[in-house]
Amino acid sequence: MNTVLFTILSLTILGFLLALILYFVAQKFKIEEDPRIDEVQAILPGANCGGCGYAGCRAFAESCVRASSLDNNFCPVGGNDVMKQIAGYLGMEVAEKNPQIAVVRCNGSYDNRPKINFYDGYPSCAVMSSLYAGDTACRYGCLGLGDCEQACQFDAIRVNVETGLPEVDESKCTGCGACVKACPKMIIELRPSGIKNRRIFVSCVNKDKGGIAKKACTAACIGCTKCQKVCAFDAITISSNLAYIDYNKCKLCRKCVQECPTNSILEVNFPVRVTKKEEESQLVEQ
Amino acid sequence: MSKTFSIGGIHPDDNKISKDAAIEDFAPVKTTFISMSQHLGAPAEPVVVKGDKVKVGQLIAKSSGFISANIHSSASGTVRSIEMLPDLAGNLVQHVVIDVEGDEWMETIDRSKEIIRDIKLSKEEIIKRIADCGIVGMGGAAFPTHIKLTPPPGKVADMLLINGSECEPYLTSDYRLMLENPEEILIGARVMMRALNVKQAYVGIEDNKPEAIRSMEAVADKFYPDIKIVSLKKRYPQGGEKQLIDAIMGRRVPSMGLPIDVGVVVQNVGTAFAVYEAVQKGKPLIDSIVTFTGKCVTEQKNYRVRVGTTFDSVILATGGFPKEAAKLISGGPMMGKAVSCLDAATVKSTSGLLFLTEEETKRKPENNCIRCAKCVAACPMGLQPFFLNKLARAGRMDELEENMVQDCIECGCCMYTCPSHIPLLDVIRLAKNRVLKIMRSRPKN
Repeated sequence: MNTVLFTILSLTILGFLLALILYFVAQKFKIEEDPRIDEVQAILPGANCGGCGYAGCRAFAESCVRASSLDNNFCPVGGNDVMKQIAGYLGMEVAEKNPQIAVVRCNGSYDNRPKINFYDGYPSCAVMSSLYAGDTACRYGCLGLGDCEQACQFDAIRVNVETGLPEVDESKCTGCGACVKACPKMIIELRPSGIKNRRIFVSCVNKDKGGIAKKACTAACIGCTKCQKVCAFDAITISSNLAYIDYNKCKLCRKCVQECPTNSILEVNFPVRVTKKEEESQLVEQ
Repeated sequence: MSKTFSIGGIHPDDNKISKDAAIEDFAPVKTTFISMSQHLGAPAEPVVVKGDKVKVGQLIAKSSGFISANIHSSASGTVRSIEMLPDLAGNLVQHVVIDVEGDEWMETIDRSKEIIRDIKLSKEEIIKRIADCGIVGMGGAAFPTHIKLTPPPGKVADMLLINGSECEPYLTSDYRLMLENPEEILIGARVMMRALNVKQAYVGIEDNKPEAIRSMEAVADKFYPDIKIVSLKKRYPQGGEKQLIDAIMGRRVPSMGLPIDVGVVVQNVGTAFAVYEAVQKGKPLIDSIVTFTGKCVTEQKNYRVRVGTTFDSVILATGGFPKEAAKLISGGPMMGKAVSCLDAATVKSTSGLLFLTEEETKRKPENNCIRCAKCVAACPMGLQPFFLNKLARAGRMDELEENMVQDCIECGCCMYTCPSHIPLLDVIRLAKNRVLKIMRSRPKN
């Protein structure tokens, strides 16, 4: 009986003493953390994707609380809504930003760009591009092994089995840029999703001379400068045989799309164009 | 009892089916495409322009940096153009294209078969001649030889090793050279011994080539007592510098170190032959011995091919592309590179054209790692490939560096031995490149 009593007593005293020590240590080494960080983190989507440039949502919340203005901080996943909430909570102002979306600048589908050899190595674009130029005659284009698909946390980019090219699901893409970093050929670009979600971009990154590019892929930009000439807003620049449309200058007039001889300029989410002939035939029908 | 290196290694079938084919000179072709980056380091800069007349052995491009090498014309004729053309991997590289007319050689080159035994040049003159003649390592990496023969300040070489192990399956170019030109190789070794100021050299030859050992020994015993021929137990990758040093001398090169750190310089027999030709005969490096082989190839050949000959023309002259062949490899099956572009031309270090059938080359589906540690036992650098693979796939670059991914020599033993067919080398090689990039971007203290 004595042994039991002694055990209980000694352990109780020991427990009490240790708790006391822990209490004082905790007081002494207390880390003062801004309580607002927790609040801001609660507003954030919690994807921890790194699209903002910070390691995760917590790091981003910390930087928001510490920053004097929110100009350099933007959460691509939450977008303007979340940023407004954060700004409201922190009593700061935030400028509205255009949401961005990933676009795949390669149109070299199996039909457009025939294979000239077969790759049987480890199925990763990064490994493949470190070994050789690729399995088509185009050294710049998509390798189609899906490093972007693996990098995407939101299931927003998928390689289409029929074309061999990745496709972006607009409803899911948050513009975090993980696929942009994963692509060894630097094909994917973040562009503003545009007015009414409409975008025009050159879907090619081939810098070869026109003849070589055309031989490798029927949908290649051949650097013919036709689009540049037709553009009224000076939005198109051509360097090393490749056209690029500046999204800040482009007014989405679609003239360049019609002009391109290889159909390498793509338009997204525009209503179907009605040609003059079709218009006439519609009138006749009426 | 034959020696070998102490850790790792594998025993692939050696398949030396072309070993009885004597070296033939491959006739010059109509157009020659000479690449400007045939060596490790910075590409050479062309010193000729379109329309220039060149002779065989004439300097056409100058070394453009510390690690770089001169390039000489392998044909006589007119420079058609200097343009970007694909190499064997399809990447664009600057080439000098020459329309061949006749076969006129530079007068300074001694083309007779007579063996010149007397070494007249001094140490400095030898190194300068080797640099002028654009000699690079013929073992595969194509490292400029004159740099290897100039140890960095504070380091001294006390031994020269000549690598005649040719541990890669299929390849027989070094073997044929040792049979047909043993004395030239030994004189080349002597020349390098003088350049390095060392008193002794060893030639390591694997014991699956007894004729080569006999042929080299016969000459060495008679005329060159300071060069010893060592018989090595057949094992891959014996021809790796660090493995050869371990096998012959029992010295271990430290992690991230170079052979010179343990006082050794290793050169291939092909390089020794090229050094002989450069120093004694005044002939720059303009050709290499290429084994034309494969189980589906009917005519096994060992050619002396001029640099800049397209793969296509070699194949056409030897009965066309074999029907059952599914893959063409430049080099040996373990460390060679698959050729994706047949219009590409041979370079100084091209040692073989190997055709593999679909059955030989097909990859099996990858399974999970079963922790059998076969890759650990096979790794000649004492690394843990299964672990590096795991770290690489998780993107943990710092831990990869701690686990010495930079020591990987990319020999492929791990992948060869893996029962789960995990593409270990593919993953590790990529990780190695990424870690190297990170290490280089770090500020130096």
